[in-house]
Parts: sequence; structure tokens; C-alpha cells
Amino acid sequence: MIPHAIFFYIFSIIAIISAIMVTVSKNTVHSVFFLILDFISISCLFIMIGAEFLGMIMLIVYVGAVAVLFLFVVMMLNVAQQKNQWFVSKENSSHIPVGLIISAIIFFELIIVIGGWKYRPELFNANSSQITNDVSNTHSLGQILYTDYIHIFQISGMILLIAMIGAIVLTFRQREGVKTQSYLKQISRERSEGVEVLEVPSNRGVKIDD
Amino acid sequence: MDNLNLIFNEVYKIFFLLIPVLVSVAMIVWLDRRVWAFVQKRQGPNVVGPFGLLQSLADALKYIFKEIIIPASSNKIIFILAPIITMTLALISWAVIPFGENQVLANINVGILYIFAVSSLGVYGIIMGGWASNSKYPFLGAIRSAAQMVSYEVSIGIIIINVLLCVGSLNLSDIVMAQQNMWFIIPLFPMFVIFFISALAETNRPPFDLPEAEAELVAGYQTEYSGMMYAMFWLGEYANILLMCALGSILFLGGWLSPIDLYPFNLIPGVFWLIFKILFLFILFALVKAVVPRYRYDQLMRLGWKIFLPLSLTYVILTASYLFYFNLLPTI
Repeated sequence: MIPHAIFFYIFSIIAIISAIMVTVSKNTVHSVFFLILDFISISCLFIMIGAEFLGMIMLIVYVGAVAVLFLFVVMMLNVAQQKNQWFVSKENSSHIPVGLIISAIIFFELIIVIGGWKYRPELFNANSSQITNDVSNTHSLGQILYTDYIHIFQISGMILLIAMIGAIVLTFRQREGVKTQSYLKQISRERSEGVEVLEVPSNRGVKIDD
Repeated sequence: MDNLNLIFNEVYKIFFLLIPVLVSVAMIVWLDRRVWAFVQKRQGPNVVGPFGLLQSLADALKYIFKEIIIPASSNKIIFILAPIITMTLALISWAVIPFGENQVLANINVGILYIFAVSSLGVYGIIMGGWASNSKYPFLGAIRSAAQMVSYEVSIGIIIINVLLCVGSLNLSDIVMAQQNMWFIIPLFPMFVIFFISALAETNRPPFDLPEAEAELVAGYQTEYSGMMYAMFWLGEYANILLMCALGSILFLGGWLSPIDLYPFNLIPGVFWLIFKILFLFILFALVKAVVPRYRYDQLMRLGWKIFLPLSLTYVILTASYLFYFNLLPTI
């Protein structure tokens, strides 16, 4: 059990420190990298408690896809200019009170959740399904997700789809004068319409109309 | 004392896996160049050692003794971290590859997800290298590469779902054992083709080597790297290619199983069959490099999103319906 505890503390310390560094570090790209480190150490914690499927999905979805897009957006920003705006000058300091209010709300929510867990344990045991050790993690998750909670699962998928379509609709604009390439046209070109053989008179050349 | 013994045992196993992988990476670099030269009627590397076999070692020595140059305006920590991450991620996936029945370093239940997760992390080495170099060509290469790898991961994931539908387990050994009667390449042949092409794109191989397209971007994200750090990028890339070949042979070509389950073929240990299959796929990789011209970037994106994704999704539905209709769905 001792190695287990050691690894637990290593991963959780890394997770907490990197979570702090996300907010503290001045370079936004560094923040994203710390966020990735945070995701990775949390998925390690998931794997340690036996939720290997969840840990791997966390790695694939958050680290492999979401954080890459984060990084994309952040790398496109002008970091030097941003530093001046947010951290040095006195303007735009309205971020701080808003952030404080939000973090206070999250903190109270956490207290409520943990307090409920502490004082009404039967509430949390009421609808938890039986964990059996003879089937693997993935199988038991699938058996719950695709039977009892199929509607919720489907609805959450629909919500994601709507969000995706919404994002496309919001950013899509029809631009004029864009030269597009039609693959069908490119492939179906034939010699008769593409090449023309001309008799070129010597020393006079030939005029080709564009 | 027991713990120490266990740790020693594991470290011994890891080295027993790691050293052959690294040596074979060096060898396949040579093989790649030889195949490439063979197609173009050249000689290829044939001077160092017999048939030029030691060429990669000579190259590695050259890289080790070269000076590592770190650009003054680069972000130094991330610049140094990038090749290390690429190399590490390329090597840690090998932990779950089964080389035979019970011949696997870590026989975890979610082996295929582990490989998928690690290969999706691989993009970070490239992005970090490109961004930290603080220079235009590496940055363009990194952005191209990130978009390309994320797009093709989607279709690889869906192809993996196809295989998993037939197996009913995420364990790589189970995937191989499910192919005892029939390799998955026969029922899932279209998926094998798409997997192969997506693997080319995922590992930034020609014809999809846009992140390092030498005619446009010098060397893409590797432009500012030199010496051993460049060699680490290179090794990581080839280790990834080898891993994709191993994954392809496990998913579709029956892993360590022998093609004919008869007397003389049964005697050959499974490891050799797996190595044959990996080499077969790798030679296909090398041939593609020599034969096919490079794609344009919009063509690459179109192929990934508009052709491979709908095709593989349709095939998932077909496979699932077939298995469901004929009551062939695997049980636990």
C-alpha cells in the first residue's frame, strides 16, 4: 500500500502545483502547458483508483483534442502585447473582482458538495450502482450508459452537436471572389480541351489569347 | 527486499524491450533509405558496414558530436523539452504491444485506448518545438502538423471502433486472439486501407509530410534543431512509424498468429511473425514514400474529413448491423 500512497501524493502534488501555475504564470502558452500537465496527472489519479477507462478518455479528449485547440488559439495571440495589457498597466483590472466573485461561488459550491457527502452519506449511496469486480471497467460503464442512462447520453450528444453547428453558423460567412478548386473539374480535364498544338512561324512567334 | 526485486525485474524487462526497439528503429531508417533508393534505381547507403547496415549508427555518432544550437530568441525550456517529449511518447507506447501470448510488458485492459491516447499526445512534441523555436517556418510546420494529426486521429479512432466491435475487448492480446479463425483484414479490408493511409498522415510520412515539406518550409518544426536534439525528433518519428506498423498488424493482420496454422509454421515463435508483419507494413510505408507525390494541404484536409470520416462511420454502422443481425456480437 505504501507505493500506492507515494504515487498518489506525487500525482496530486503535481496536479495542485500545476493548477496553481496555470493561473500564476505570466506567459499564456506556459499556462496551457501547465493545464495539460494538470490533466495528465489527474488522469493518472483516475487510473490509480481503478477507473482506467475514464483516465484514458480524459487523456484522449482533454489532452489530445481540447488542449490542442486551446494551444492553437493561445499561440496565435500576441503574447508580448497581452502581458502589457493584463499584468502591467492599471487598465482592464476589472478582471480581478469578477474572477474573485466566481472563485468564491465555486468555493461555496465545493463546500456544499463536500458537506453533503460528510453529513448525509445515504444520499450518495442511494443511486450508485453495484460495482462488480468480474467485468472490466469498460464493460460495466457501457452496461450502465447504454441501458439506464441511454436517453441522457443521447441528449448530451445532441447538445454537443447543436453547439458544434451553432459555432459553425456563427463563424461562417459567404465570401465573394474566392477562387475555389473543383476536384471533379481538375480530374475530368481531357487532352482535347487542355492542349492545343500550334504551327509557330519562325521569328514571329504566336499570340495566345489567355 | 521483495519490492526491490520487483523493481529490478521490471527495469530488466523494460530494457529488454527498449533496446531492441531502438536498434530496430536504427535499422528501419536504413531499410527505408534502401527501399527508396531501390525504387529510384539508386544504390542508397551501402558503404558503412555490410550492405551499409551500420549507416544509421554512423549517422547517430555524427549527430552526437555535433553542437546543439539553441536560438537566442527561443523559449529555451520548451525548446529543449520538445524532442524529449516526442522521443518519450514514441517509446512508451511499446509497453502494451503484445509480442506473443503473455509476452507483453503491461497487459492492461484498455491497451488500445492507451496507444490511442499516447499517439494523440504526440502532437505536443511538434507544437512545442515549432512554437518555442520562435521562427516562421517551424511555427507554420507545427500548426500544419497539429491540424493534420488531430484530423486523422478522428478517423483512426473510428477504424479502431470497427475492430473493437468484432472483439468486444480493449485488450490488445484479446484483439489478437479474436483473429484466430479469420484475420480482420478480410472482413474489414476497406478499413485496413483507410487505416494505412491515416497512419501515413498521422506519422507525417510522405505523401502527407506537409509539416516538414522541404520545398515550402525548409524542415518544418525541425528547422532550428541541430545535433542530438534533431536526432531525437528523427528517432521519435521512426519509432512512431514502427508503432503504427505494429498497431496495424495487431488490429488487422493477426498480431503474433501464424498465417497458416499447420505443422511447420506453428514452430516459428509468434515474435517472428509479428516482426514479419511489421516489416511488411513498413516496406509498404517506404514504397509509398518513393512512389506518391506530396498532397496539397486542402486536399489532405478534404481527404481526412470529407472522405475518410464518413466512410469509416458508415462502415461502423454496417459492421454493427451485420453483427447484430446475425447475432455475432461478442459477449463478455
